[in-house]
This record gives sequence, structure tokens and C-alpha cells, in this order.
Amino acid sequence: MNKRKFLARATAGLTTLAAASLLSFTALAADTIKIGTVAPKTGPLAGGSLVSQWPNVDLWVHEVNERGGLKMKEGQKKIELIAYDDKTNPTEHIKAVQRLATQDKVDFIIAPYGTGFNIAAAPIYSKYGYPQIAVTSVTDQIGELTERFPSLFFTLGDTTSFVAGLKDVLVKLKDSGEINNKIAMVNVADAFGIELADVARPLLQEAGFELVYDKSYPLGTPDLSPIIKGAKATEADSFIAWSYPPDTFGLTEQAVIENYDVKVFYTAVATAFPAYAGKFGSKIENVLGAGGVNPDTDEMKAYRARHEEVTGKAPDYWASANTYASLQILEAAIEGVGEVDREAVTNYIKSNTFDTIMGPINFDDQNSNRFWTVGQWQEGVFRGVVSSNIEGAVDVKLKDGWN
Amino acid sequence: MDILISGLLLGGTYALVAMGLNLQYGVARIMNLANGETLVLGALAAFLAFTAISLSPLVTLVIVAPLAFAANWLVYQFLLRPLVKRAKTSGQLEVDSILATFGMSFALVGIMVSIHGEYYTYSFLARPFEILGTTVAQNRLVAFFAAVIIGGGLVAWLNYTRTGTAVRAVSVDTEAARLVGINVPRVSALAFALGGAVTAVGGTLISTFITLDGSIGVIFTMKALIIVIMGGVGDLRGSIIAAVVLGLVETAVASLIDPGLTLVAAYVIFLGILLFRPQGLFGKRNA
Amino acid sequence: MTGQGFKSLTLIGVLVIAAAFVPFVTNGYWLSIAVTAMMYIALATAWTLFSGPTHYISLATGAFFGIGGYLVATGMSDFDISFWVMAAIAPIVAVVLAALIGAATLRLSGIYFVIFTLGLAEMIRGLVSWVQNNFLGSRGLYVLTDFTEEHIYWMLLGIAATVYVIGWLIDRSKLGFAMKIIGNDEGVAKHLGINTARAKVILFMITGFFSALVGVIVAPRYSYIEPNLVFSPEISFMVVIMALLGGTQRLWGPIIGVIPFILIWETITVSFPNATTLYLGLSFLAIVYFLPNGVVGLIESLTKRGRAS
Repeated sequence: MNKRKFLARATAGLTTLAAASLLSFTALAADTIKIGTVAPKTGPLAGGSLVSQWPNVDLWVHEVNERGGLKMKEGQKKIELIAYDDKTNPTEHIKAVQRLATQDKVDFIIAPYGTGFNIAAAPIYSKYGYPQIAVTSVTDQIGELTERFPSLFFTLGDTTSFVAGLKDVLVKLKDSGEINNKIAMVNVADAFGIELADVARPLLQEAGFELVYDKSYPLGTPDLSPIIKGAKATEADSFIAWSYPPDTFGLTEQAVIENYDVKVFYTAVATAFPAYAGKFGSKIENVLGAGGVNPDTDEMKAYRARHEEVTGKAPDYWASANTYASLQILEAAIEGVGEVDREAVTNYIKSNTFDTIMGPINFDDQNSNRFWTVGQWQEGVFRGVVSSNIEGAVDVKLKDGWN
Repeated sequence: MDILISGLLLGGTYALVAMGLNLQYGVARIMNLANGETLVLGALAAFLAFTAISLSPLVTLVIVAPLAFAANWLVYQFLLRPLVKRAKTSGQLEVDSILATFGMSFALVGIMVSIHGEYYTYSFLARPFEILGTTVAQNRLVAFFAAVIIGGGLVAWLNYTRTGTAVRAVSVDTEAARLVGINVPRVSALAFALGGAVTAVGGTLISTFITLDGSIGVIFTMKALIIVIMGGVGDLRGSIIAAVVLGLVETAVASLIDPGLTLVAAYVIFLGILLFRPQGLFGKRNA
Repeated sequence: MTGQGFKSLTLIGVLVIAAAFVPFVTNGYWLSIAVTAMMYIALATAWTLFSGPTHYISLATGAFFGIGGYLVATGMSDFDISFWVMAAIAPIVAVVLAALIGAATLRLSGIYFVIFTLGLAEMIRGLVSWVQNNFLGSRGLYVLTDFTEEHIYWMLLGIAATVYVIGWLIDRSKLGFAMKIIGNDEGVAKHLGINTARAKVILFMITGFFSALVGVIVAPRYSYIEPNLVFSPEISFMVVIMALLGGTQRLWGPIIGVIPFILIWETITVSFPNATTLYLGLSFLAIVYFLPNGVVGLIESLTKRGRAS
């Protein structure tokens, strides 16, 4: 066989091969729909995202595929999930989303975990027209951000309503004479904690409260006992901590040890985690925290049961449900449009109301006003006590010791 | 009084974090960036044993210590010893060990996250205890006593036994130690393995009162580096004293000034000490 | 020697021009990798400027980078100052800081210097968070600009090229000569009447200036700045690791360290999305054991062998 003949054959062979692979690719593409997701599996935010984000992504994909896939105009398509770990690093996150959009060419992307990551990734979602239904993102710039990024949606409320929920609880208790007007407030010195404390200060003062203890502590403080001791030394009836998971656990443990006898004890992120109840058992009766759910609706009961069954662990009592609801919205919008037309799906989300495990959700100016802001542990369940437009809030009870 | 007691307890915690690295870096000359991950492994073991079969961390500790010793011995023999042999200068070894242990820390984080990605939360001896009118947590107190026993034991061992003397000799001058007939590779391996065991045990104890997770090791590595350098490389007493100083300063600042400034204050002390004693509290010039 | 020096400068010049065309060839994923690579090239080259000749390993990169990113963010969010004004102020602040660190660390050597810089970076991180918390009281630090990835890429390329040229000039100046002697033996350098202190501090200031500038340019890419993330010690470690992998004896060492590093990193991230960190760790180990002198060492031994045969 001479050289030329060989070349000709090789080329022919390669061409068939390429054609074959192209064929199989299109065949494959026809019956699946590619969905991408990027969130931390390692790094500082991993502990939270492995509770609230990843299990819900897995659960949703599992359920949709079990049903036979998403109902599109050309028939049902199963979801092919492409997931990356951003290592809680913005640079990694941006790269991974770019990869999803331009290399993996996924059809849709599930919104990131964390405020900073949602905002850092928004320009990419917007550039390629992916609808971005942000869940774990609390900011006071919703107006400016949604105007800038027309395919960005918020579902967990803004910082001010997040703080105002707690303020309402306190005002009610103060007006009925159950607590005094003194508050001990601490916050973790990280973007999230700083922002919340800053919003809280004027809100609480305008409502007639006095901040008798107002301190921050650095991320990763190994010993929080001076803080609880300092707060305990004041006459405040209420303790508020704008805290992150490790310090939520740490502050509560110190409060137990010091037998910090306050009437209102509030910690922020991770109070709603099952691990919080796992660690403290009945001691946390009547502890207040960020989030909450109404666990008594049929939808929520069914969701919690399925979550445990499929992922092997219980969902938290806050962002888990919101995350799953956001996926239901994405699912309904894709099915409503019936094809991979991202612009149409985005518009569909803007103009429709969606049935979710949290009840009907719709968006005004790309922002949903149905969410829980404050919850409370009552008999082993973290129930919502303040919400924005959701039914089922229960009455707040005063904390009575740490037993 | 509050400050003194809480500060001492925190100092004990820091000593647990730093003593192992001191042995590893001071004697075996390995700048171990995977030190924090070793600590978190000890914590993970305690967490798993506690949640799976309600095993007390104090029992887990007894299992963790020999396991960590053996594992670190193997790591030294098979992964680090080749680097020591290959290095022509101490600078070269520094660079190689930084790169290698950085790789190990990544690998360990990967393994730990795949075992349990969420927070290691459980409750053990989270009960109050009164000493001299100050309320402290029992778990912190237990960790403090363990730190005292480990630290005291190590100092005694280094000063009053033959092997201990050999270890100190290697830490002062590897070449001279070799000349007087000390088996430097063996002593280095011993120090590295012992350091790993101390760190892992520290992790087991710390997990009873600090919520850890698979990725948090680097924070402990940095703390350990600061303490070891502040105390002076190769002198265990230096590390212990530095740990106690940091514990007291952080607690005092948190109670008297502002908890927001604890870390800043700790670093200011560290920087200040280095400015006046560039070789650390107990370090020797040109060591 | 000078001939060869100019040759390497020309080569770099050609590479810079070629690199400038990257955004025209691709604009999605590969561009985002290129931006990341360029960020690390600029940081690692700036790092090598000081740490290469002096053998002083600095872990202060994160502090300078953070100052750049943070000042832009707080300037724009809390004081409504324009991006460009802050872009001018931030590197100057970093230079002042670098001068102070440089002067403070003159007596430190070896590992004490390394950990001092780490401690300093951590102190600044803590201080910034505290100031932000108590005095500026921010409602989130946003850096919303109209920069695209292309703009950021070109600006970073510009910084990297400038750093390289400055390094090249220093190499040929009295300062560079002094640095080499300091790196070999500081005692000898002092005997020769070289003002070692001045030389070290000046170089450290240059490093600080450019590291902060990189932080400034990258801030719009992050959009939302969290002090703990921009001051992350991780970035200091990554820069050191990449520079060491490349080899610090040549100014172009970091460049050829960063590129394979980023590519290996990407390959692993794509191939093992569930255990990225584990495989990254294993590949680091492989590199240490099979590439004892960094990529530069490999290239030099290859070219030597090539010439010999």
C-alpha cells in the first residue's frame, strides 16, 4: 500500500468515524437535556452547600428522571447533570460557569450557592441568557442587580426584610411587656454578618431598642466564651447573633454552658440545620433563627419524606425548601415552553405563577416575595414564625432556660 | 480571673495545635503544610466514632494516637525521606517539602470531604464546670489537661531520656548529630511520626468544642505556623509559651476591648515579638 | 550574555503580542482560563521579582492583592469614588505598606520571614474586617463596572508585560547585581558596600505595587467583594506554589509554571468533578517527585541534553 492510498483510506476512515460520533452525539442530545451546576464541595461554604444545595439538586434530578424526564414538545427528555466544585473560590466559580456555558454547552444552569457567587456569576448567566433563579442570596441591591441582569431572579428576600422580620418579633414581645428594650447583638466580621448588623442597627434603634452590647468577632474565632460572658453581663433580654455555621454552633454551646438566661436567643445561618438539633437536642427549645418552614402542609411533608428517602438525610428548615422550590420553578418553566429556548423560559418565569412545595410563587420585577425570615425550634421542629406572604406562621415563644 | 482561666484554656488548645508541628519542623525539618489536615483527621475520627457507635472521644483518642503515629511514620519514610535525600541544601528541602505537603493537604481534604462533607457536630461534655468562680466548659477543661500531660510528657522526654536528647541534638544541628553517631534518619522519622500523633490527638480533643469540617485544616496550619515561629523553631517550650501567650492575649482583648480585634491582637503580638526577637522567643540565632 | 538577554526579551515581546490576540480567537471558556492564568502570571512574576533573587519566600501576596480589591470595592461602594481613582490610590497604599514591611523584616531571615509575611497578611485581613464592621458599615461591597472579560484580560496582560520588562531592566542594573549577591551571600554583599536594605525594600515595593494592581483589575470580575475572600491566604500560597513549580531562578520561570499548572488544574476539575481536590493533591505530589527542579529545570536539562548530542 503506497503512501497516498494509505492517506486516502485513513481520511475516509476518520471521516466515517467522525460522522458516526457526530450522529451518536445528536442522537444523545435529542433525548437528554443538559443541566449544569456549580457550587462548593470544599472550602468554607461547603459545609452549608452540602446541606442546603447539593442534596436538593440530586433529589430533583432523581425525581424528574424517575418520572421519565422533562416533558418537552418532542417528547420526554431525561436530565443529564454536569456538576462542578467551585472550592468556594470566585475565580474557580467563574471558570466553571464559563465551561458549562461554552464547552459543555448545557441547556440550563442551576444558580450558585452564596450571595457573592450569585453576583459574581450573574454577568455570565446574563451574557448567555441563562435564567438564574438565585436562592441563597440575600442582598439589598436587588433592584439594581435585576435591572442590570434581566435573567436574574431572587427568592429569599432582601437584607432589610430579613432583618425586619426579626425586628417585628422583638417589637411585638416588647409591646406586650414580655421583654425589655435592651438587646445584645453580635455579628461575624464577614460580608454577610457585617451587612446584616449594619442594617439591623438603625432598624432596631428606630423601634425603640437599645443595643447594650454590639460587637463583632472574626470568622473562625476558636473561643466564643468571652462574647457570651460579655452579653450575659448586660441586662438585655434578647440576644441576636448574625452568625455563620461554625459560630452558630459555638455561640449556642457557650450559651448552654454559661446557662445564659435570655428570653430571646437568635442565631442566623445553620440554626435551621438538622445537625443543630442533633447536637443540642431539647436544649434549643424556643431558639430563634434565620429561615423557617411550615412543616405541616402536605407538599412540605411529602418533600421532607422524599428528601430523606432519596438522599439519606433530612433537609434543613430553610434554604433546602427554597432551593427545591427554585428547581420546581425551573422545571415548570422549561416544560411550559417545551423547548430549549432560554429567552422564552426566562420570560415564562417572569410572567407565570408556579406551584411549589412552598405554595404558589411568582415574580414581580424578578423578585419573589414569598419566603420565611424567622423560625423557631418548637418541640424538635424549626417552624416559621415570621414570613413574607406565606401562611402557617406560629406564635413566638419565649426561651426558658437551656434544658 | 475569668480572663486568666479562659485564656489558659485557649492557650492549651493552641498548644495542642502547635506542638506537633514544632516536632515535625524543628527536628525533621519538614515544613508540614498538611499539619492542619492531620488535626482535622483526628477530629473526623472522633466525630464518626461518636455518631456511629457513641464512642467517647477520649476512647477514640487512644486509637487515633498509634494510628496517626504509624501513618505519619510511613509518610515520612516513603514520601518525605526521598526528598531529604535528594535535597542538596536546606533551602531546597524547604521548597520541596512545602510543595509535597501542600499536595498532601489537598489530597487529605479530598478524602475527608468524600467521607463526610458537612460539619462535624456532636456534643460531648458540653457541661459547665466552676473553677474559682469562673464557668468553663468541661470539654475544654479536658482538652487543657490533655495538653498539659502531652506537653509535660514531651518536655520531660526530650530532656531526660537518651532518645529525647538525640532528638534535641538533631534539632540543633543535623550534621553534628550525625558525627556523634546519632541515627539522624531514624530520629527524624520518629519526631515526624510523634508530631503527627500529637496533632491528630489534638484534633480529636478540639472537635469536642469547636465545629470543624473537612476544609478547615488550613486555618489550623496557619495558627500552628504562627505559634511555632513565635516560640522559636525547634524548642517545644517556646511553642507552649507562645500558645499560652496567644490564648491570654486573645481572651483579654475579647473581654476587655472588642472580640472583633482578637485575631488582630494575636498577630500584632506575633509581629512585635519577631521584630524584637527575630528568631522567636526561644530560637537560637542562625539555627 | 546581553545578546541572549535581548533575545529573551524579544521572545517575550512576541509572546505578549500573540497573547493579546487570544480574546479574538475565543471568548468563552478559554478566555476565562486565560484571564485566570494571566492573573497568576502577573502575580507570580511580581513575586519572583523580589523572591527569586533574594530567596526570601513572601506570603504577603494575598495582602497586596486584597488591598487592591478591597480599596476599589470600598471606594466605589462606600464613598462613590470612581474605579479609576481607586485604581490609582490602591497600589500606592500597597507600596507604602510594602515599604513598611520591607523595613520591618530586614532582620528576619528564612522561615521567620516567611511566617512574618503570613502573619502580617492575616493581621491586615482581620483589621480590614474590623474597620469595615465598625466604621464603614457597608451594605455589601459591589464593584459593578462595564468591563468585560476581554478588558480584564488585556489589562492583566499589560501588567504582566510591564512587570517582566521592569524585571528585565533590574536584572541589568546595579540593583539587580546587588540582589544577586544578596541572594548568594548577604554578608559578602554587605562587605562589598552594597546597601542591602535599600535594595530589598525597593524590590519589595515594586512587588507590592503590581500585586495590588492585579487585585484592582480583578475586583470587577468578582463584582461582590468579601474581605475574607480577597485577602485569602490561599492566593499567597498558590502564587508561591506556581512560582516554585516553574522555577524562580529565571524571570520567565513563573510564566511557564503557571500555564501547565492551570491546564492540569482544569483537566482534573473536568475529569474528576467529584474528587477534584484529591486528584489535585496527588498531581502536586507527582510533580514534586518527578520534576525536582521545576519546569525551568526540566527545560534547561532538556536543552542541555539537546546541545550535548
